[in-house]
Amino acid sequence: MGWIEFILVLVVLTNLKLLASSRLGASIRVVARQGLILGALPLLAHQDALSLQHVALAAGSGVIKGGVFPWLLFRAVREAELTREVEPYVGYLTSLLAGVGALGAAFWMGTRLPVPVEVVSRWLVPVAMFSILSGLFLIISRKRALNQVLGFLVLENGVFTFGAGVLVETPQLVEVGVLLDVFVGVFVMGIIIFHINREFDHIDTDQLSALKD
Amino acid sequence: MNALLLVALALLPATGFAAWFWGRTGRNPSGLAAAGVVAASVFGGLPAIYVLLGGELMPWRFPWPVPGGEFHLETDALTAWFLVPLFLLSACAAVYGAGFWRNGIATRRLGNAWLFYCLLVFAMMLVLLARNALLFLFAWELMALSSFFLVVFEQERATVRRPGWIYLGLSQAGAAFLFALLLILGHKANSMDFTHWAWRGVDSPVLAGVLFALAVLGFGAKAGFVPLHIWLPEAHPAAPSHVSALMSGVLIKTGIYGLIRTLTFLGEPAAWWGGTLLGIGLLTAIFGVTFALAQHDLKRLLAYSSVENIGLMAAGLGLGLLGWCLGEPVVGVLGLAAALLHAFNHTLFKGLLFLGAGSVLHATGSRQFEDLGGLLKPLPWTGALFGLGAVALCGLPPLNGFLSELLLMLTAFGSVLSPENPLAVAGLLTVAVLALVSGLAVATFSKAFGVTFLGEPRKPTTTPQENTGTMRAAMCILAAACVAVGFFGFMLVTPLQRVVAVLSPQFPKLFPASPSPLVWVSGAGVALLVLVAGLAVWRKTLLARRTVDATVTWDCGYARPHPRMQYTASSFAQPLTALFRALLRNRVRLSPPTGILPTAARLATEAPDLCAERLARPLFARLTTRLARWRWLQHGNVQLYVLYIALTLLALLLWKLR
Repeated sequence: MGWIEFILVLVVLTNLKLLASSRLGASIRVVARQGLILGALPLLAHQDALSLQHVALAAGSGVIKGGVFPWLLFRAVREAELTREVEPYVGYLTSLLAGVGALGAAFWMGTRLPVPVEVVSRWLVPVAMFSILSGLFLIISRKRALNQVLGFLVLENGVFTFGAGVLVETPQLVEVGVLLDVFVGVFVMGIIIFHINREFDHIDTDQLSALKD
Repeated sequence: MNALLLVALALLPATGFAAWFWGRTGRNPSGLAAAGVVAASVFGGLPAIYVLLGGELMPWRFPWPVPGGEFHLETDALTAWFLVPLFLLSACAAVYGAGFWRNGIATRRLGNAWLFYCLLVFAMMLVLLARNALLFLFAWELMALSSFFLVVFEQERATVRRPGWIYLGLSQAGAAFLFALLLILGHKANSMDFTHWAWRGVDSPVLAGVLFALAVLGFGAKAGFVPLHIWLPEAHPAAPSHVSALMSGVLIKTGIYGLIRTLTFLGEPAAWWGGTLLGIGLLTAIFGVTFALAQHDLKRLLAYSSVENIGLMAAGLGLGLLGWCLGEPVVGVLGLAAALLHAFNHTLFKGLLFLGAGSVLHATGSRQFEDLGGLLKPLPWTGALFGLGAVALCGLPPLNGFLSELLLMLTAFGSVLSPENPLAVAGLLTVAVLALVSGLAVATFSKAFGVTFLGEPRKPTTTPQENTGTMRAAMCILAAACVAVGFFGFMLVTPLQRVVAVLSPQFPKLFPASPSPLVWVSGAGVALLVLVAGLAVWRKTLLARRTVDATVTWDCGYARPHPRMQYTASSFAQPLTALFRALLRNRVRLSPPTGILPTAARLATEAPDLCAERLARPLFARLTTRLARWRWLQHGNVQLYVLYIALTLLALLLWKLR
C-alpha cells in the first residue's frame, strides 16, 4: 500500500468526520484539510517525470482549497454572525450510517463501473464516488447555506480525485477550469450568504421557500 | 472576405459589452452601439454580397470542447440571401434606435438594451452561418433570449411583461421540437455536422415525414404559422419600435430559413409536405390579413400583417414543393424563388413600416387609431415614408412587394396549367386566396394610413414633433431599398439562381431565359413613373394661372365640421369585418340611435385573437388544473431539489450498471 492509498483512506476518513461533525468551524477546517491532502495527489499520480503543470496544479489547488476557501468561509461565518451549530435535517448518527452505506455502494459501483482509462489505484473510483455521494448528502441534509457550500466543495473534491488519479494525461486545462468554476462558485455563494443574512436575518434555507414562485 | 465576416462576428458582442459598460458609467451608449452595429453590418454585408455575386468562401472550423460541437461556419448562397437583409435592417434599426433612445431613459437600462440588441444581431447571424447542430441550437436559444429581454424593455408595465412571457413560452416550446429534430437527424447520421446531413435523406419515408412535421412546428413557432402565431400580435406592440422592426423583419424569417435548410437534409420531398405547407400558408395569410383589418392598434395591425406575409412565403414554398414532387420543376423553382424574394422584400418594407409606427408613437405617445389622425401635416416625412412602405407591402407596382407577389401569382398560374390534377387544384386555390389576401391587404393599409395620417386629429394633443435626422435617415435608406428593388428587381435573378441551386442543382437552369419578366416589370415601372410625372407637370400648368386655397379638412358642406365626424378605424373597416365575422368572431357592442331625435349612440368593437381565445387559453387553463396536483413537488426547499437531482443521477447510474 503506497502513498496514494494512504491519501485515499484519509479522504474517506475526512468525509466520515464531516458527516458526523456538529460544529461549523470544525467542518470548514476538515474540508480545508481534505483539499490540502488532495493537492498532493497529482504529484504522486504522475507516471513520467514531474512536470511544471503538475506542480502548478497541486500548488494552486492546495492554496485555494486549503487557504482561500477557509478564509472566505470563516469570514462569511463572522460577518453573518452565525452560531456554531450545523443544524442538520438528518441526525449525526444517521448521517454517519448513511455515509457507511454510501461507502459500500461506492465500492460496489467501483467494481461495476467500466473505466475506459487506467487509474493509479483500485480504490480511486470508489473513493471518488464516495466523495461525490457524501457531498450530495451534505447538501441535502443540512439547513445552513454555508453547509451547502461545504457539500459542494466535497463533491468537487470527488471529481478532482478522479481527474488527478487517471494515468492517461487528462487535459490540465480542464482541471484548472473546474478549479476556477468552484472558486467563483464559493465566492458568489459567500456574497449571497451575506446578502441573504442581511435581508432575512438568517441563512436557513428552509425558511427561504416563500420565494418559490 | 472571410476575415471580414469574422470581424463582424467579433465586433457585435464587443460593441454590446462596450455599450453595457458605458451605460453603467452613466454615459448614453446609443451612439457608440449604433456605430458598432453599422460597422459590423458593413463588414458582414460585403462578404454576403460577394457570395451572392458568385464568390466562394471557405468554411471555417474551430474546435469547441462540447461533445459533438464544433464552430463550423459556412456562407453559401442561401445563408447570404438572408444575411444581406439582416445586415441592412440591423444597421438601419440601430441608427433609428440611437435617435429613439436619445434621452430621458436611464443610461444603465439603455446599456443593457443595447447589449441585448447586439447579441440578437450576433445570434441571428450565427443561426444563418452555423453548420453544426449544437452551434445552431446555441445560437437559436441566444436569439430567443436576447429578443425576449428586448421585448420586456419596459418591464415595469404589466402590459409588457405578459407578452414577454407568451413569447418566451412559445419560443421555448418551438425550440423543443427543434431539439428533437436535430438530435434525431444527428443520431441517424452519427454526426452533428450539417454537411454530413445534406442530401443523405432519411431511409424511411415515415421518419422523414415526422422530421418534416417537427421542422414545421419548431420553425413555424418562430415564423408565426397559424395557430402558433399568437406571440406576434402580443410581442411586437410591446417591444420598442426598432426592435419590433428587427423581429418582424428578420427574426421571424429565420423560421423560413430553417425550414428551407431542413429540406436539404431530408432528401427527396413528399407531395403531402408541399400540400401541408401550402394549406398552412394560405390559412395563415387569410387569418393574418383579416385580423390585421380588425385591429385598433397600429403595431398590432403591422404584426398581423407580418403573419399574413409569412403565410404567403409558406404558400410559395409549399406550392414549389408540390410542383417539384409532381414533376413540374418550373413551378418548384418559381415557388421557391417567390418565397425567397418575398422574405427579402418583407424585411425592407415591414422594417420601414415599424420604424414609421415608432415615429408616430414617439410623436403622439399613442398607437391607438382612435387617438391618431391628421398626422400628415405635422409629420410629412414619416407620413410619406410610411405610405411608401404601405404601398410596397400591398404589392402595388412599381415597388418591391409587387415583384414577389407577381412571382407567387406566376407560380400559381404555372401550376393551374399543369396536367397534374392536384397541382392544378392547388394552383387555383392559391390564385383565389392570393387575390383575396391582396385585396384585403390594400383595405387594411388604406385604413392604417388613412386613419393615422389623413383627416383631423381625433384627440386634441400638443403639436407632434417630426422625427430627427438619424431616425429619418434610417427610414429613407429602407424606403430607397424598396424603390431600388422595385425598379432593378431583374438584377436579383442571378443571385436567386445561386440560392435555389442550394436546394437542387438542376433548378438554376429552369429560370426563364432573359429578358426575364422582371425586366418588363421594371420597364412598366419606369413608364408609370413617367406617366405620373407627366400628370404632375400637366396639373401644375393647369393650376399655374389660378389661385389655390388651403381649407379645413372635411369641409364638404358641413356648417361646423368636427373631428368626430370622421370615419373611425372601426367604421372604415366595418363592411369588410362584417363580411368576415364568421372567421373574426369580433365582439360588437352597439347601442344604435333610436327615435326621431336620437341622443346617444355607441359602438365598440373588439377583435381578440381567435387562436389565443379559443385554442391556447382553454388548453393552458386545462393544463394548469391538471398539473396543479403535482404542485407539491415544488415546495421551495433547496435541499429537496438537490435530492431530486441526486436521486435521478443515482437511478440512471444504477440502471446503467445493473
